[in-house]
This record gives sequence, C-alpha cells and structure tokens, in this order.
Amino acid sequence: MSSAPRTLAEKIWDAHVVRSRQGEPDLLFIDLHLVHEVTSPQAFDGLRAAGRKVRRPDLTLATEDHNVPTTGITGPGVPLFGPDSPVTDPVSRTQVEALRKNTAEFGIELHPMGDAGQGIVHVIGPQLGFTQPGMTIVCGDSHTSTHGAVGALAFGIGTSEVEHVLATQTLPQIKPKTMAINVEGALPDGVTAKDLILAIIGQIGTGGGQGYVVEYRGEAIRALSMEGRLTVCNMSIEAGARAGLIAPDEVTFEYLRGREHAPQGADWDTAVAYWKTLPTDAGAVFDHEVTIDATALAPYVTWGTNPGQALPLSASVPAPGQTRDPGATERALTYMGLTAGTPLNQIAVDTVFVGSCTNGRIEDLRAAADVIRGRKVADGVRMLVVPGSMQVRAQAEAEGLNAVFTAAGAEWRSAGCSMCLGMNPDTLAPGERSASTSNRNFEGRQGKGGRTHLVSPDVAAATAVTGRLTAPADL
Amino acid sequence: MEPFVTHTGRALPLRRTNVDTDQIIPAVYLKRVTREGFGDGLFAAWREDPSFVLNQPRYAGTTILVAGTDFGTGSSREHAVWALLDYGFRAVIAPRFGDIFRNNATKAGLLPVVLPEKTVALIQDAAEAVPPGAVTVDLDKREVRVDGGGLSELLVAPFQIDDYTRWRLMEGLDDIGLTLRNEDSITAFEATRPSWLPSTV
Repeated sequence: MSSAPRTLAEKIWDAHVVRSRQGEPDLLFIDLHLVHEVTSPQAFDGLRAAGRKVRRPDLTLATEDHNVPTTGITGPGVPLFGPDSPVTDPVSRTQVEALRKNTAEFGIELHPMGDAGQGIVHVIGPQLGFTQPGMTIVCGDSHTSTHGAVGALAFGIGTSEVEHVLATQTLPQIKPKTMAINVEGALPDGVTAKDLILAIIGQIGTGGGQGYVVEYRGEAIRALSMEGRLTVCNMSIEAGARAGLIAPDEVTFEYLRGREHAPQGADWDTAVAYWKTLPTDAGAVFDHEVTIDATALAPYVTWGTNPGQALPLSASVPAPGQTRDPGATERALTYMGLTAGTPLNQIAVDTVFVGSCTNGRIEDLRAAADVIRGRKVADGVRMLVVPGSMQVRAQAEAEGLNAVFTAAGAEWRSAGCSMCLGMNPDTLAPGERSASTSNRNFEGRQGKGGRTHLVSPDVAAATAVTGRLTAPADL
Repeated sequence: MEPFVTHTGRALPLRRTNVDTDQIIPAVYLKRVTREGFGDGLFAAWREDPSFVLNQPRYAGTTILVAGTDFGTGSSREHAVWALLDYGFRAVIAPRFGDIFRNNATKAGLLPVVLPEKTVALIQDAAEAVPPGAVTVDLDKREVRVDGGGLSELLVAPFQIDDYTRWRLMEGLDDIGLTLRNEDSITAFEATRPSWLPSTV
C-alpha cells in the first residue's frame, strides 16, 4: 500500500501529531525546546503560579545570549554581580539572574556566559548536534527557523507558547500551507547564501511567506554548505514564513556525524536510514511555488527599513515611485537619510558588524577574514567581529582568524547576539550607519536612531576596508 | 485571559505598512521579567514625534488599532501584544499579520482581525472623520461594523477566524489547561519516540 506523496514538512508534521480532531488544531509533540533569558521569565512565572512543572527538562536547553555583553567575559564562572561582572546594566542582570534561578529550579541545562558551550541559541543547537533532521524544534525567538537547514521543522513562538511547551512538551498548531522556493542554476562566484536570501525576500516581500512553511529546493540550495543553508533558513521569518526547510542530504549527514549529541554507532545508521525517508516525495504538491534564477544574482544589500527593501549592490537607492509600496519607501528613505538615485556603493558607513545567528558561524568568519587579510579597516570606521558561540570563537582562534581581524584593526569579541538587536551594550548611536551581517534593518533595531544595511560577511569585510558599501570584487 | 465576545469603541488609524514588533515595542523594554506595564513602551520611538497619531488628543481612549498590511512582523516578542493590551487596545484590524504576532495575540486575549485593504482604508477614513465612527468588533458574529464617521450606511465587514480560536477567545480559556486534558495522549506518544533522539541532560 502506498500513501499519497507528501512534502518534507508534511512528513515531519504527521510524525509529531499527538492528537488530531476535526475543527481543532493538531497537538504537536516538540522534540527540542530552546530557551533564552528574554522571552522565558514570564513563562516560568506562569508555571509557578499554576503549580505546574516542566514536563521534559531533558528536551529543554537554555543559553544566555540576547542581553549579555561581548566584552569582559573572562571565562567560565565569570561573576554576574559585583565589580568584576561584565554585565553593568542592572535590568539585564536581573533577567539573566531570573534565567539562572528558573533553570536551576526546574532542572534545565543552561550554558551561562563564559561557558564553553555558550552562544547564540540558534548557533549552539546545530553545533552541538541537538538539531537533527525530522525533529520539531521551538524557541521563544523568531529566528528558530534557522534549524530548518538540517531538515527540522523549527519555528519561533511567543512567551505564552513557551509556557505551554514547558508545561506539556506540545503545542496546538493549525497546519500551515506549504511553499516551495526553487532556486535554479548555480550562484555566480562571489555571491553568497546571504545574498540569495536577501534576493528571495526582495522578490516575495516581507509578507510573501506568511502562513507558509517554506522548503528551499533546487541546484543552488543543494550546492550550499550547511552553514550557508543555516543562513538561508534563518531569514525565512523575514519573508513572513515561520519555518524554512531544506531536505537532509549527504551535506547534512556529514555535518552531523560525530557531533556531541548526534546519534552514535548503530543508532547513527538507524537515524540516517530514517532521515533518508524525509525528503519531499516526487509528485507531492506544494500550495505555492516560486522560482528564483540563481545565475542572475549578485551581492545584495538593503537600503530601507525592512529586509524586503533590498537591491543588488550595483544598483542605486530607488525613488518611491519605483517601488511596490511608495509610502513605505518614502518613510524609509527619510529614516535612513538617503536620497533616491544615490549609488548604493557610495553610501559611507560608520560601523561594520560581523556576527549574529544569521552570519556568526565559522564559515562566515573565514569569509570575512579572507577579504580583510592583509588589509586595514578604514579610518573612522569601527568593525566588530562577534562569533556566534564560544566554540566558534575557539575554533576561529585556533585557525588564527582573530589575529587577522585584530591586525586589520577590528575588535574581536565574545559570543552573543551583540549588535543584532540593541539589547546589550553593543549598539549604534542615533544617526550612526552600519553594514551588518545580521537579519533586520528595522528602525532602531541596532540602537535608537541607528541605520542598518544588511549585507553578507564578504561585503561587510570589504565595506570595512573602504568605508562605504563595497563588494569584495571591487577592492 | 479576559474573554472577548464583542467590543465597541473608537479606532486608531495607523496608516503604515510593515509595522514590525521592534516598532510596537523596542528591545530596551524587553528586559523586564513581568507581563505588566508595557504600555509605556508602546511605539516608544514613534511617540517621540508629537504629531504621531497616538499622541493626538482626539484619539485618546481608542481601543481598536487599524493598521496597514503586514502588521506585527519580525521578532516573536509577545511583549508587543502585552504593550497593546496594557495601553488599552482590545483588537487590531489589518489586511495581513505576522504569523507569530497573530498567534501571540490570540493567546493573550487581543483579537487580530484580517480584512481586505479597501475595507481597512474605509475604517481608517471613518476613524479620522469628525465625529469619528463607532467600530464594533463582533467575534460572536465574526463581523466588524462601523456606524457613522461619514459613512452613508452601516458598514458590515465579515471576517474569518477558525472555530477553535474563536471559542477559546470567547471563553477566555487557558490553552495549557485544555492541552493537559489530553495528558494520556502525550504520555502514549512519548512512549513511541525513538531512543536515539537527543536529550539535553
């Protein structure tokens, strides 16, 4: 007996339905719940108020990433209080302290700042091998979509849902529609995963993926490394899709093999055999399909205040009338301090940020280092390089990348969300302009009044050298 | 959460698209560990402009936010919903919402209503009229009604919402309690999970 052809997303969904009833959302089992300090305190309070426990602490993992600083981290056991604490903001300290108390009380594993396993929640999951194909993964963070790169159904949730997962290890969910984004042909030299996802968002818009789980498919996707795939899936939410997926293949298996929490021995063979059944069946139908021509892409950069306002770096700042939403463009140009017609590669920046859950992995740091090796950060420009995890930091140091960055005049930091989101000491000043490898160019995202241009690590490094938005090929 | 059956009030017209949750509540307000008091951070950066719609005295006491498409995109922060509720809003009307925001809203008792762009613009017009129209968001009947505000006749706009979410909002029910009624199913499912799946402890 053969069942109807199904997509990857549908297979994972079906394998996690605890209970299904007409007229109700499906109750889905959650294989891994990632927790950080910002979106969890109210959820733990809710558990306490209701006298509930964490149902599966063994499927829950916590880390400190959003509001911890990236300087002054001297090592494991760095104090949270007192004169030697790197956390000087008392409110941030309270939030980190709350996470520590909550994880201790409910028996949840925590990677605190300074710990060798600490890092951005979406960097440590795959790195430790917790993120595996076919799993359901949630976190109180919209960039949970990152984990879809290994073929897991992973999506961001709010604090009420965090509490729900803590209490029940399940979530009631209405089945989303499915979308295929087929990226045909090969990416040209010098065009990265970040450029690809910016181009996709530019094409379908910030709401184009709303209501869908996106599966990225096609030659250019298959050719991406696991790290490039993580970058693509990370920004699914910027196109409105809660989850982005890439089918597991040999690249996935090679990435996972031998990682700390990946299956070992005979379990590995069993797991791989299962993972090979997951890719979308021939003949499966998506609710919507989009095709992207990879061969036509170039380095991309955002010019506005949402990630869909992106263009090739060789283009100019658009006039409101040239865009889909003239009102939004006009507002964005005013906020960004830009004039229509200005070539994008003439825009001068004050700060360059390399890091975040989008581009804070070892390959990203290697790419930036390759561009800046033997060169100098331009006068008047500050460049922050912030590894996504302490493990990435250690690996980069073993490869000598930190020396490349510091010799160029960049700052080498400890792991955290850093300048992606304006919640820790790494922020832009009002009016300051950045080229940033992060995921959001929203107004004030990197600090009140800050102006953000989203770029790849390669473009970030080239921009640091010239002081204006620059592709490496133009150095 | 507070049940939502029907609500009548005046509307705040926010004629902007792509209002992300960073605008609804900036990250600096997210360091609190409680659910209360986020209203002071609502649209904090935009409120620095005296002409911003929320600062105009004529819109004081409005309880229904009517915004452009793609409202609540970006960050998963439920604080955005808490800020709107704390400020006094009971419902948000827009042509399209960010998925996570919409989910968070229904968990906390803020009703997200999807209506076509043209209807949203009519409601915004009625909200800006002097005197403004009275807007009723009727979850029971699944419709929005606008009376007055320069409209020649009563505007009745039906909207869609799934039966389960509607029932939960109308009863003000806690999701967790509902799920735990099925604890036996969860336990049975857990027994079927492969042993090689990762564990964090």
